[in-house]
Amino acid sequence: MLGKLRRLNQGVSKMALEESERLPSSERRRFLRSGLFTAGGAMVGGALAGIAPRALAATQYPPEIPSWTRTLGSGVVTDPYGVPSPFEKEVIRRNVPWLTADKISSISFTPLQHLKGIITPNGLFFERHHAGRPEIDPQQHRLMIHGLVERPIILSMEDLQRFPSVSQINFIECPANGGMEWRGAQLNSLQFLHGMVSCAEWTGVRLSTLLQEAGIKPEGKWLLAEGADGAAMTRSIPLEKALDDVIVAYAQNGEALRREQGYPIRLVVPGWEGNTHVKWLRRLEVGDKPWMQREETSKYTDLMPDGTAHGFTWVMEAKSVITSPCPEMPLTGNGIHQIEGLAWSGRGKVKAVDVSVDGGQNWQQAQLREPVMSKSLTRFSLEWKWDGTPALLQSRVIDETGYVQPTLTQLIEARGTNSIYHKNSIQTWQVNADGSVVNVQLS
Amino acid sequence: MFSFHKTPRLIASTCCGVLLASIPLVGAAEQTGRYGYGEPATDEQIAAWDIDIRPDGMGLPEGSGTVDEGMAIFETQCSSCHGSFGEGMGRYPKLAGGEGSLTEDRPEKTVGSFWPYASTLWDYIHRAMPFFAPQSLTDDQVYALTAYVLNLNYIVDGDFVANKETLPKVVMPNHDNFTWDDPRPVVNNDRCMKDCKEEATVSDSAAGKNLTPSTTGPLDEGITQ
Repeated sequence: MLGKLRRLNQGVSKMALEESERLPSSERRRFLRSGLFTAGGAMVGGALAGIAPRALAATQYPPEIPSWTRTLGSGVVTDPYGVPSPFEKEVIRRNVPWLTADKISSISFTPLQHLKGIITPNGLFFERHHAGRPEIDPQQHRLMIHGLVERPIILSMEDLQRFPSVSQINFIECPANGGMEWRGAQLNSLQFLHGMVSCAEWTGVRLSTLLQEAGIKPEGKWLLAEGADGAAMTRSIPLEKALDDVIVAYAQNGEALRREQGYPIRLVVPGWEGNTHVKWLRRLEVGDKPWMQREETSKYTDLMPDGTAHGFTWVMEAKSVITSPCPEMPLTGNGIHQIEGLAWSGRGKVKAVDVSVDGGQNWQQAQLREPVMSKSLTRFSLEWKWDGTPALLQSRVIDETGYVQPTLTQLIEARGTNSIYHKNSIQTWQVNADGSVVNVQLS
Repeated sequence: MFSFHKTPRLIASTCCGVLLASIPLVGAAEQTGRYGYGEPATDEQIAAWDIDIRPDGMGLPEGSGTVDEGMAIFETQCSSCHGSFGEGMGRYPKLAGGEGSLTEDRPEKTVGSFWPYASTLWDYIHRAMPFFAPQSLTDDQVYALTAYVLNLNYIVDGDFVANKETLPKVVMPNHDNFTWDDPRPVVNNDRCMKDCKEEATVSDSAAGKNLTPSTTGPLDEGITQ
């Protein structure tokens, strides 16, 4: 513990030194004289003259007076666009190198183990690109709406922002989230097992507003959405859904969409497969039949044990997972712990979440943490007194339709192990006597 | 906060708004459902971007291509990832083979074994291939590649000529094995709270499998399977 803290302190000293090197010489002298630098680490600090003995202490907590209390911090706009504390450098998206042929058509995972609340920070939202992340100039980008409409139109990004806007908080989950685990427990990490779900406040224009602007012809039944990236990603969406709650979003958590999330515009199709939320949206076509595109035939269809496949399985069924403890966040000792987690449903609101500590023999209802919103991540927690003996932790969500999250055994009985997508079964974490947590499957 | 830079066109339309300000426009959009933003899409603009192809052939352009022509293009443009005969290199997609494998432990979902529509092949090659230079092929080249990949899968003969008449008539071997109505929920667990089952036993554990990339420190480049 002490060693770790010392390493952290030295890290800060190094950063302080680097920061001082960017300053003009007079500023730099003042900076170097300041306690922030000298107290940052005993080794470096000790090499400089005139340091109070107390600054050499290895700790900053009582009875020591922390160095940051006795110095000035950095000024405003030190980071014109703010970034997380350097101490949070582990909180990053990560990928599984063996999963895809390259990083251009690939996936990265949200570090759910580090996140609090229901909103995924924009820089940590999971990524799924089919032809890499394009660099789009919003002034040159256009959205075309055509097909079975009265008035085919082309909208600039300015045009879009003139329409009445709405904001809604929705999760987006890749239907392949957890898809590596059908045949057994493989990955020992919350991030890699479940990190293809994220949640944000999306702001944009209702698709119904835009389609009304173009005027849907009576024979129009389907919508094709197409991206402007090198994959020109497409999905067919029935107009019933398109006119219900779908938006063309240009903002994510209050700022412009991140490039990874479709800058300057993307579709948000609440509760449906992440793949339908077409990013870098450039075209919407109204038609009378689905287009049977590659992403809805060859991919994103569910292969059953008898060799048949189910297509158009758009809804993300209810799912939950305990985020603390988890393999990355083991228990630190006996006593009272808050079991915490996330639950969501593509069919509406989370109604309840139950937690088991004995592998599903007995369950207790957890508390839901507000806000509880439709097609959004929802927090739950349950206080648990751990006596230091091994345990099998599970969570089970019930959504407002009454659907109860299934066990893996039930799901495999119904769907076999080849469907890749829509693995929303109950996750089991094995807690060992030393507090470590392991991804396991139960018979 | 992030309004995109204003263009002269927007300024012009704002000016018009000022000129029209004396006419009561409040609620105009609510009444007509229209705001009048944007520009009409011209036929030329639509034709350039409307690239989707439907199973009934809607969207297929003029042009044609043969299996032999496709083989030559495939060798230079496609084989580095997909292999000369569609067998797939490394983890890049396999395009041929896999017939009868869909019920096996390791199903191979290829164009021949899995894809339900031939039109999807033309559409996808044209919109997204080759991977490193999407939308660089001519329509004739796309027809030729479509013919070649279909032939690799024994779906068409070597003398097949793909064009907008022939392609919609190609019936894919796995066409009838898709359903397009979501049957879910197919599982709905009971919400049992007490004594729900016998003692749970662990059947599999991720511990010690060495498949998990690092979850701390720099991004993991090292683990390969």
